[in-house]
Amino acid sequence: MAGFLANFSNVIIPVIIFYIVAYGLINKVQVYEEFIGGAKEGLKTVVGILPTLIGLMVGVGVLRASGFMGFLGGLLGNLTEKVGIPADIVPLTLVKMFSSSAATGLVLDIFKTHGTDSYIGMLTSILMSCTETIFYTMSVYFLAAKVTKTRYTLSGALISMLAGLLASVVLAGMVV
Amino acid sequence: MLNYIWALMILIGVVYAAVTGNMEAVTDAALGSAGEAVSLCITMAGVMGLWMGLMRIAEKSGLIAGLASGIQPFLSFMFPRIPKKHESRKYIATNFIANILGLGWACTPAGLKAMEELAKLEEERGNPAYAKDGKEGLRGRAASNEMCTFLILNTSSLQLIPVNMIVYRTQYGSANPAAVIAPAILATLFSTIIAIVYCKIKDRK
Repeated sequence: MAGFLANFSNVIIPVIIFYIVAYGLINKVQVYEEFIGGAKEGLKTVVGILPTLIGLMVGVGVLRASGFMGFLGGLLGNLTEKVGIPADIVPLTLVKMFSSSAATGLVLDIFKTHGTDSYIGMLTSILMSCTETIFYTMSVYFLAAKVTKTRYTLSGALISMLAGLLASVVLAGMVV
Repeated sequence: MLNYIWALMILIGVVYAAVTGNMEAVTDAALGSAGEAVSLCITMAGVMGLWMGLMRIAEKSGLIAGLASGIQPFLSFMFPRIPKKHESRKYIATNFIANILGLGWACTPAGLKAMEELAKLEEERGNPAYAKDGKEGLRGRAASNEMCTFLILNTSSLQLIPVNMIVYRTQYGSANPAAVIAPAILATLFSTIIAIVYCKIKDRK
């Protein structure tokens, strides 16, 4: 299973690239020109998030260097490590519910401390790939429809997030 | 929201460092992290350029539109009470496809349009809270079942290829940055299936 997962991960990107370019050619798209145009937009997106990244990475960096993160992790870690969830994952999961970019700051901090290919590095990678910013999305979308009573949306979102966390713990254990 | 999270990170960090005598480390961290953000963006620029370039081809060749019409049967399953010709279906489909492909900039506009159209659907159904008589704010609008389903699926994460994660892993020296793809797809599928089951159970009532 782990071998198959690794193979699939390695093959999927070239397959997607081939498919998109071939499909574009068949449909007579100026693939190179369009690619360049899209790449330009992509660069603009990156430049656009640079200020956010500077702000949040400084925030997380300061918090960690002060020793506060270690203190908080120590408090929470005793509880969660019994079920295979490292201490750093708890604040990460909570922050991700509110802000993707703030979570990114924590992710990079975990990668720096524990490496990307460790158990916790892999768990972090998977967890961030299968969860969304629940509160942010809900507030923006419901605002658009002027809805004030959200009924069972939050419970559904939280259940799905827990399912993602569970799957991440199991899968990270399998591939590392 | 981020206003308070960020301010708290900085304020708590500095105060805690002052108490525990870590001020020098905090100085280094503040300056070092800022530089690190820039080098991360340089790595990210390449991958984002590549991905968005490919997505532009997919958009112009009709691939994305094709995918959106391909998921119509899935929409009929998830939203059995939205009429076949209703405008909201188009936006929901676009939003889901953009989500699956990781096109953040395309998800939100389509998602917001979908929510507006779902609100119109409630108005057409004669839901008093959605009536346009100027009193709608007073009644307190409750989300329709369709809105709940739409949002739960959105927050369950649909993205298949975690492009950002691959970039971050590359930047921090992963031996195999793409190793996250297969487990990420499985985890996303699992959380989405749980979300679908939950929505179907709640929708039946």
